[in-house]
Amino acid sequence: MSLRSKDLLGLQDLTAEEIGLILDTAASMKEVLQREIKKVPALRGKLVVTLFYEPSTRTRTSFELAAKCLGADTVSIATATSSVAKGESLKDTARTLAAMGVDAVVIRHSAAGAPAILARTIKASVLNGGDGMHEHPTQALLDMFTIKEKLGGFRGLKVAILGDILHSRVARSNIWGLTKLGAEVRVVGPATLMPPEIERLGVKVYHRAEEALEDVDVINVLRIQRERQKMGLFPSLREYTRLYQLTPARLKLAKPEALVLHPGPMNRGIEISSEVADGLQSCVNEQVTNGVAVRMALLYLLIGGGSREALD
Amino acid sequence: MPLVEKAVIMDAEKLRRTLIRIAHEILERNKGTDKLVLVGVRRRGVPLAQRLQSFIEQIEGVKVPLGSLDITLYRDDLSADTKPALSRTDIPFDLNGKRVVLVDDVLFTGRTVRAALDALIDLGRPECIQLAVVIDRGHRELPIRADYVGKNVPTSRREEIGVELKEVDGIDRVVIRELTPDRSP
Repeated sequence: MSLRSKDLLGLQDLTAEEIGLILDTAASMKEVLQREIKKVPALRGKLVVTLFYEPSTRTRTSFELAAKCLGADTVSIATATSSVAKGESLKDTARTLAAMGVDAVVIRHSAAGAPAILARTIKASVLNGGDGMHEHPTQALLDMFTIKEKLGGFRGLKVAILGDILHSRVARSNIWGLTKLGAEVRVVGPATLMPPEIERLGVKVYHRAEEALEDVDVINVLRIQRERQKMGLFPSLREYTRLYQLTPARLKLAKPEALVLHPGPMNRGIEISSEVADGLQSCVNEQVTNGVAVRMALLYLLIGGGSREALD
Repeated sequence: MPLVEKAVIMDAEKLRRTLIRIAHEILERNKGTDKLVLVGVRRRGVPLAQRLQSFIEQIEGVKVPLGSLDITLYRDDLSADTKPALSRTDIPFDLNGKRVVLVDDVLFTGRTVRAALDALIDLGRPECIQLAVVIDRGHRELPIRADYVGKNVPTSRREEIGVELKEVDGIDRVVIRELTPDRSP
């Protein structure tokens, strides 16, 4: 079995079977990461470009590491110092990369849908590293991988996503993926940070953290972007912290072994207390390792093996 | 082109005796079990290596370490659409300084063995690597040979050898199949 599309644009487009394939492949990749020599030649001779129009450390580094562990070469384009700063359009940048013979492009862009435009423009595989408020599929897949590894599966699990749901592409991708695999997803946050009609994605909406966290198996804590406060979406960080911070007391409402996930970077003392972030139930560091394994799996599934051009 | 079964070249009993003979040969060549380890190449090399491990145990009273190797990430013949499912490499011991017997079902072009050698060497530096196969069917494309061979079977390239094992296929036997040319124009 292989993936149907040449690209990874979002979890909305994937079937449950495809998600299963990615997670199983990632488990094998994790074994490679535990070796003394963390390198296999599966993507030798392939070129992976990271094209990030928004700042990112961990997603970009994780993709580059994943490509290198599979033997691919990587080039990273910092848009501030490239011809993008001279006004080159996304499509022209893409065509230039295509002419250089890239096999995969990882893109992060503030506009939702930018990866899809890129995917239609070039033959190379496009991997969405986060687009606007739309999707962040690799983050959701690594969250799901972590859940599957720790808890065995998804059917019947209760997963709470806590925080700024409105602006979160991580939340959207997680909702698509988790509901497809049979988990119950709860979203919780202030009404001003909750997208209207989010119930239509098959989730339960809560506004009180205490209610939402009751008896859940997983809590995925989202980052509060401080700049949102200036937009008047919540009165003060202090109030947010008082009502929604994941504290040891709130964590106790969940199942005793419940997992705590956070996509990082964490604002300690705001959306999550330091005690919980460093606690036994926190999977934050493991998520980072798993992120490399999941991205290796995706690169392997999308560009591993003979080139698609040769098959056309 | 459909595959038609031509002949059964080993039944369960013959396969069992063959593996016992190979177990003896491994012990003879390596002068016992000191530093000896078995590594099966996924998929059918793994149950074969398990059987060799238990025959060696019956003969010498020593259970030699056993590992399994997935070589998918080292292959040079993957196409974008027919990717075999990736499984896990599991070598629960240090390979450095060991005498490794690599176990596979069929030796054909030698490309699988080449990939397996690369994969092993990335995991450590064994003292030596030997190769045991149930069937050697010829048609080598690389300078590779087996140290232990169950049976040499000269084949044509249109033929295929199937080593079928209880653990995977529900039956123990080795068959030759032939691709019959499609008659339709």
